Amino acid sequence: MKVAIVKYNAGNIYSVYCACKRLGFEPVITNDPEELRNADKVIFPGVGEARAAMDYLNGNGLSDIIRGLKQPVLGICIGMQLLCRHSEEGNVDCLGIFDVPVERFRPENASFKVPQMGWNTLRVHLAEGRQADPLLEGIANDSYVYYVHSYRVPVCADTIAVTDYCGLYSAALHKDNFWATQFHPEKSGSVGERILANFLNDNAVLV
Amino acid sequence: MLAKRIIPCLDVKDGTTVKGVQFVNFRNAGDPVELGKQYSDMGADELVYLDITASHEGRRTFTELVKRIAAEVSIPFTVGGGIHELSDVERLLSAGADKVSVNSSAIRRPELITEIAQRFGVQECVCAIDARLEEDGTWRCYLNGGRVPTDRTLFEWAHEAQERGAGEILFTSMNHDGSKQGFAIDALRRLHEELTIPIIASGGAGAKEHFLEVFEHAHVDAALAASVFHFNEIPMRDLKTYLAENGICVRRL
Repeated sequence: MKVAIVKYNAGNIYSVYCACKRLGFEPVITNDPEELRNADKVIFPGVGEARAAMDYLNGNGLSDIIRGLKQPVLGICIGMQLLCRHSEEGNVDCLGIFDVPVERFRPENASFKVPQMGWNTLRVHLAEGRQADPLLEGIANDSYVYYVHSYRVPVCADTIAVTDYCGLYSAALHKDNFWATQFHPEKSGSVGERILANFLNDNAVLV
Repeated sequence: MLAKRIIPCLDVKDGTTVKGVQFVNFRNAGDPVELGKQYSDMGADELVYLDITASHEGRRTFTELVKRIAAEVSIPFTVGGGIHELSDVERLLSAGADKVSVNSSAIRRPELITEIAQRFGVQECVCAIDARLEEDGTWRCYLNGGRVPTDRTLFEWAHEAQERGAGEILFTSMNHDGSKQGFAIDALRRLHEELTIPIIASGGAGAKEHFLEVFEHAHVDAALAASVFHFNEIPMRDLKTYLAENGICVRRL
């Protein structure tokens, strides 16, 4: 199993690398088009600012490569947001895999702090007719996962899990060969490890 | 619902934890990595590692340590101490730290917060503030672990830090720190009410009730403590159970 982690100008990539290693994988961190195309699984992680990230991806030819990937891809946090259509952060067009805009949290009262920082619960949420998603196999509703973000993806047709913070939003998305989580599975203890393992372990389960 | 966070803080000097740690059946109490894993297994929500090493050589040791923590600990951790410029932040984040905490260096040069937020995003920067309630009723900020008074006051500096892009405020009351008599409830509540970013309470934890009080009455997002956890005076699991039984939303393993 060849696992590639997309190398770009976003922080936290090493944490994802470490989490994969803990699960017994030897990922490569790369921005080489061939290495990305030839990997069995690709993780698109990161912590950062959307416009700076998109400028980097566009400027380094990575946007088209990521859009064109055919194998299972997992976007994490800003990686998830960059896979959406547009981000309010920096008012920038993103990769457009998920046809949904990224919006800033708009708290209705002062008890909601932005960024949302910490552990919040996850709940499976599927559009009518959609099957249980393999990414979340074995994950109980109301399991805690770790979030750090000021922007969020609304609930949409590709939503597979939601979290409640100033209202419900997408905790995880899935469309075709693209998965994404707003939370950080690499920082979410044993729950996160299970989700990463679900993504990495068995090719047949996912596609 | 977003859970209130409990955060053990570990002081590190030359690669080992300095404060005594007295866990039962815990052999390698000096190893910050083993200790971090232990806390993670007990249900800590996050960890803070403060590098109190002064030497240049010690900084390298700490960076190597951060890599080991990142490799083995699967919950978020913040690192602080000795962060003066963007290159320090870059070095620690690329070693796998989730957030950096700036304190004296940010008061001396507030632009540091702006630079971190612009380069890495607001969520990466924790602004730690050590302040003392003076006799004239003002909360004065101090530098260098509380040794050097400044002309900055807690609330105006916290506001500026937020405007500049700090993602969290970690406020330690020097009046309460080490007292084990409870947190600085009034100042923390005011920070919570005035700021839009999360507040971490620090200084004064001595009993489970103090954590309940700071969540119920100051509405902070997280509470940090060191010795009560290191000496196992308040076992993490007991604390979480107690808080949950008293209606506080906490993450339990």
